[in-house]
Amino acid sequence: MSRIKKKFEDLSQNNRRALIPFITAGDPNLEVTLKLMSALVDSGSDIIELGIPFSDPIADGPTIQRASERALAGETSLSNVLDLVKTFRETDRETPVVLMGYANPIEALGVDAFVARAAEVGVDGVLVVDYPPEESSALNLALKENQIDSIFLLAPTTLEARITDVAALATGYVYYVSLKGVTGAGHLDIEDVSKRVEQIKKHVKVPVGVGFGIRDGETARAVAQVSDAVVIGSRLVEEIEQSEAENIIKNVEGFIRSIRKAIDQV
Amino acid sequence: MQMQEDLQNYNFPDHKGHFGPYGGVFVPETLIHALEDLRDNYEKLKNTPSFMEEFHDDLKHFVGRPSPVYYAKRLSEMLGGAQIWLKREDLNHTGAHKVNNTVGQALLARHMGKKRIIAETGAGQHGVASATVAARYGMECVVYMGSEDIKRQASNVYRMRLLGAEVVPVESGSKTLKDALNEAMRDWVTNVENTFYIIGTVAGPHPYPMIVRDFNSVVGEELKTQMPQLIGRQPDAVIACVGGGSNALGVFYPYIKDEGVRLIGVEAGGSGIDTGKHAAPLASGTPGVLHGNRTYLMQDPNGQIIETHSISAGLDYPGVGPEHSWLKDIGRAEYVSANDDEALEAFHKLTKIEGIMPALETAHAVAHAMKIAPDMSSDQVLLVNLSGRGDKDMATVATASNIGL
Repeated sequence: MSRIKKKFEDLSQNNRRALIPFITAGDPNLEVTLKLMSALVDSGSDIIELGIPFSDPIADGPTIQRASERALAGETSLSNVLDLVKTFRETDRETPVVLMGYANPIEALGVDAFVARAAEVGVDGVLVVDYPPEESSALNLALKENQIDSIFLLAPTTLEARITDVAALATGYVYYVSLKGVTGAGHLDIEDVSKRVEQIKKHVKVPVGVGFGIRDGETARAVAQVSDAVVIGSRLVEEIEQSEAENIIKNVEGFIRSIRKAIDQV
Repeated sequence: MQMQEDLQNYNFPDHKGHFGPYGGVFVPETLIHALEDLRDNYEKLKNTPSFMEEFHDDLKHFVGRPSPVYYAKRLSEMLGGAQIWLKREDLNHTGAHKVNNTVGQALLARHMGKKRIIAETGAGQHGVASATVAARYGMECVVYMGSEDIKRQASNVYRMRLLGAEVVPVESGSKTLKDALNEAMRDWVTNVENTFYIIGTVAGPHPYPMIVRDFNSVVGEELKTQMPQLIGRQPDAVIACVGGGSNALGVFYPYIKDEGVRLIGVEAGGSGIDTGKHAAPLASGTPGVLHGNRTYLMQDPNGQIIETHSISAGLDYPGVGPEHSWLKDIGRAEYVSANDDEALEAFHKLTKIEGIMPALETAHAVAHAMKIAPDMSSDQVLLVNLSGRGDKDMATVATASNIGL
């Protein structure tokens, strides 16, 4: 059983929702990212989404774009990100790690080479923002052969027929983009999210995570009430960006604990 | 590849928007529905006679088409080789080929009930053309432009504002065309329901490369009628500058099956291809995925997009339309480059000798014609797509000549 599946089964037995933080690998540098990954787990995270930095992140708002720019200023490559997961796995064999990024760095490394290396270092899922199902058959096939989950996005604009198509390919969990906008936007309509997640769950057998627009305990709790997992990215990256170097770990732990607490009230 | 046979059946993109391995729909899920909707509407409208009549009527009365073809006799005689003929897209309303496409897309937007249009711009020509059609059709218009380009093209920024458009400076990345495109995509992701994104070149996700090509093909279609009337035959070669590649594809596409006509695209060589400071992905890039399509890109070995350099803002782009990548691979079109100095020299020559001031983008195509004409015979004909006029570039040219205006 995949680490992601096992994690959701364990949570479900305890009637808990998953907390999935997103951070960009290499922001502010790879050494800190490694420490942050452990800190995220220690403060109550269930799955880690690790962003692969890219120069032109069209689906991301200014916060995550700046994180990418900081990581690229330190010349963080996809190979570095894979090495980072390898190092993380030396001390943590339980926490699922999902790589999230854009197609071009993966194609530059080569899809098959990327997947082989991802399997070797212990990556559990891959989400490529600009690889919709119709353009990603080579990647999805390679991931399947290597027992890595293919995570897909669903959006408020996704038609029901298409949800069925994505459901046929999705493993691990699906990621529902809770609003029309880029990451970090702030106009979440919980009632609408609730209706859409219900509709998605009619077709999708894997758990449904919700992200984009979750900023605090209140929004996290509201989303946890209607979904299986809460994804929190921009607000967390902001915490990293705004902290003095010596306080990053402490501040991130404090923030994640507060979100965990809010989610567990559901 | 059996080229002769294949070219007669040339029919791209396929139904998924691919030109061989290039093109496609590499976008976040939020945009998929909007692109499918656009594709379906376009397929329907392009086969609706009243829509195409409306398009051609505006091209005639609002844009001023057909544009004339001019024999640059003095320049040709000075070079002492092939005849150089110019397709005068610079005489269009707003001063470049860009307006052909924006008229078409604005009409699409109107038929689809979208009242807000957004656009990205580099040199400002596409922004001006978009702001112009927005005024013409009474639509709200927001133009994204890199802050670096805003500095280089101040007069076009003011033109857009006079036309009622909001010009939004983009401060991220290299602050040029690619970053403006990123920002326009973000706006579209956010406002997809009421907003029509008018992409200015033959790049982006399907169906844009096809739509922009089709609307701009009016240029090549006119030439195919005009050239036999003027010289009794088609030209030996068609030459156009290539940034994203919309003016080039507008003249190339109707000639693809005319195998006797060489198609030559001229990329921006910047400080020289060997310096790495240029914007010539077809000459020295590798295939990758950017802005919704797979195509040749300027990228580093890790797949990060690298900064480009060109004296012309309109060519300063790290990618190129996917159909150009395909035409390069199958050998139907040749792609070369002209560097900043060569473009500047061509700008001055054409201005002084023919009284026609080309845009700096266009000057790259003129430069290549000047390079190859002397080695050709005087009965051979080079047709240069004179894609835009150079009024917008006077400050840049003056600076390059160390003159303060």
